[in-house]
Amino acid sequence: MSPLRNVRSWLDDRFGWDDLVAPLRKKTVPLHRLSYWYFLGGITLFLFVIQVLTGILLLLYYRPGANEAFESVQYIMTQVRFGWLVRSIHSWSANLMIFTAFAHMFSVLFLKAYRKPRELTWISGVLLLFLVMGFGFSGYLLPWNTLAFFATKVGTEITGQVPIVGKPMMIFLRGGEDVTGATLTRFFGFHVAVLPGLATLLVLLHLLLVQRLGISIPPKLEVQWTANPSAKREMKFFPNFMLREMMAWYVALGVLGALAAVFPWNLGVKADPFVSAPAGIKPEWYFLFMFQTLKLIPPKVWFIDGDVLGVLAFGLVGLLWILLPFFESDQPSRTKRWITGLAVFALAYMAGMSVYGLLAK
Amino acid sequence: MAFLRNKLRPFSPARYVGLAGFVVLAACLGYGQTTNSCLDCHSALPDPLGVSQEKFSQDIHAQKGLTCASCHGGDPTSDDPDKAMSRKAGWKGKIDRKQIPQLCGTCHSDPAYIRQFNPSLRTDQLGQYRTSVHGKRLAAGDTKVAVCTDCHSVHDLRAPSDPRSTVNPVNVANTCARCHADASYMKGYSIPTDQFAKYSTSVHHQALAVRGDLSAPTCTTCHGNHGAAPPGVDKVQNVCSNCHAFQAQMYEKSSHKKAFEAASLPGCVVCHNNHAIIHPTDAKLGTGPDGVCMQCHTPGDACDQARAGLQSSLSRLDEAIKSADQVLRVAESSGMEVSEARLGQDQARDSLTKARVTIHSFRTDLVDQDIQAGLKIAANNLQAGKKAMVERNYRRVGLGMSLIAIGIVLAGLWLYVKKIES
Repeated sequence: MSPLRNVRSWLDDRFGWDDLVAPLRKKTVPLHRLSYWYFLGGITLFLFVIQVLTGILLLLYYRPGANEAFESVQYIMTQVRFGWLVRSIHSWSANLMIFTAFAHMFSVLFLKAYRKPRELTWISGVLLLFLVMGFGFSGYLLPWNTLAFFATKVGTEITGQVPIVGKPMMIFLRGGEDVTGATLTRFFGFHVAVLPGLATLLVLLHLLLVQRLGISIPPKLEVQWTANPSAKREMKFFPNFMLREMMAWYVALGVLGALAAVFPWNLGVKADPFVSAPAGIKPEWYFLFMFQTLKLIPPKVWFIDGDVLGVLAFGLVGLLWILLPFFESDQPSRTKRWITGLAVFALAYMAGMSVYGLLAK
Repeated sequence: MAFLRNKLRPFSPARYVGLAGFVVLAACLGYGQTTNSCLDCHSALPDPLGVSQEKFSQDIHAQKGLTCASCHGGDPTSDDPDKAMSRKAGWKGKIDRKQIPQLCGTCHSDPAYIRQFNPSLRTDQLGQYRTSVHGKRLAAGDTKVAVCTDCHSVHDLRAPSDPRSTVNPVNVANTCARCHADASYMKGYSIPTDQFAKYSTSVHHQALAVRGDLSAPTCTTCHGNHGAAPPGVDKVQNVCSNCHAFQAQMYEKSSHKKAFEAASLPGCVVCHNNHAIIHPTDAKLGTGPDGVCMQCHTPGDACDQARAGLQSSLSRLDEAIKSADQVLRVAESSGMEVSEARLGQDQARDSLTKARVTIHSFRTDLVDQDIQAGLKIAANNLQAGKKAMVERNYRRVGLGMSLIAIGIVLAGLWLYVKKIES
């Protein structure tokens, strides 16, 4: 008997390993011309794991504090062996993860994978996307450079526009009236403790639901396969799909390595709260569509403040987005076309506004 | 008596409350009179007698409460020109040019009076003016020379801090040029009239008029304003040293100071010119058209050799800084973290600037100290840049090898998938 089999047998004797992994052996993945979209969730998970690992390594040297943060990141980039690689991978992986999370969400939307009984999978997924954006927002400040400082100032100011709870929320986020060293330590806490804790729980829930409910099939195909079960084509999750997923992970790893080596993440200039904000300051690309929308709203719309209206509108849209599966039909043959139209509009709006925001002065 | 001596008083409402009360009462009784009848007529007259209400309201004196009568005397409350401009009422008419400095000095030389309006305003203008070439010539009967109103304007006189003032730093050169650049007006004074044209090409004019640096020198900075006079050949370095203190210190120690004094040469001006002071370059030490040393020195002599050594030292440091800059720029654009070395380049540039200042000592040993310090810093920065480039290449090689390894794993996985699925 091989050593691997010995270990497996040992584990099985102790807590029934074979029973535990049995569902994985039975798990299948539908095989059709759009199956490659199923890789996106796994790639996002892979990038999340990269984030956790590189984040832990960065924690060995990073020091949160207005007088130390920038210098510690500079030390990581210049003095720590492979520090530049770890930090650059962490930053690039964060951006790629947000991109793949968005792509995953839209693929789920277009394949209508959010339908009954997968409402909770959708909700946990959208909440994870919000958390990932929270990771981006809180992590962006940690190097304590000029761009990060002013982007956080603008970002937290927008939070302050929320009626009634906005101001206390802004003060809570900032740790005072202004963005200071207190904000940095707070954001550090959110970034390395609060958000990872919540994200891990939600990822586990999300994976459990995917495992429990299986992988969704596009409605048209579902109707066809229900009518003609012999047309149904599947692939075993383990090892066939898993090996392909691993190939996708390797490609992602190669892209990350190339980006980190050829375009190491810039450190910028240390934040100085006493200088004026650089001209044309913009948030990170994933907040740009919201930022540009807020800029385009007139200062007063009827009697409501433009910024307040914008923030409320985004809050409402976010809430409706979470609840989207509940507007969909239960029948695969009668899915709502307007939801697909809305998804197309949302994608076009986000892409268009982001490009506009990028080009606008 | 104070009024008869034409002691100018502000038109204080408190002081004239009785008079104002009377005017209001008289107006009510149908005996209406204007308070400044001068402008009623003079605003309708052509130049040079015309003064509009709008123009006079811009004048700082009018804003402080002074009236026409404060300088010209007379009774502005009377509508009758004969009474308003009667000698009995103290009317002086047009002020004679010769009397203008004295008239202005009546108030501007009285600290107690001026303090009411501006405690920090100097009151020595008249005294200074009398020491100036303008003042001396006026006293000698030359009425073509500038008096107060020629530079400060009249009836619309503004504070020097006002950008529209003719004596605002930005406008001073143009004001002086009105006379000093006018060849026909200056005929007979045997001084050149190209100062303004030359000054307009200078680094000082660039700083003041183009960059808006109000601390940059204009005519009055070197010549004085009220006590305007040429600085004098042996005093030139004292004028320049007000701003260029370190250069002056070096020059004081140099052998050139004694040599220039012995030859009655005007210090700084010999190499840098006076009005047409252009931005100095290291070419001044050369033998080309911009070189100045060989105007006096003989090719091949000890001084010429020292000159060549100084120029080559400056070029060496300049080149070293540029080389380090270039390598650091490439490293930075490749994403390498070289901010410390980039900051260090500022120190190297400071050394070069210091060496260029030390040049005024004309001592190779002193200049060499700054050059060596700069070269050392530039060499360290160049090394840091090269190290960053080596690191960049190492990273790229590492990336290449990693991508090959990833490619091999991908191919292996693909083959394995194909194998198990076949």
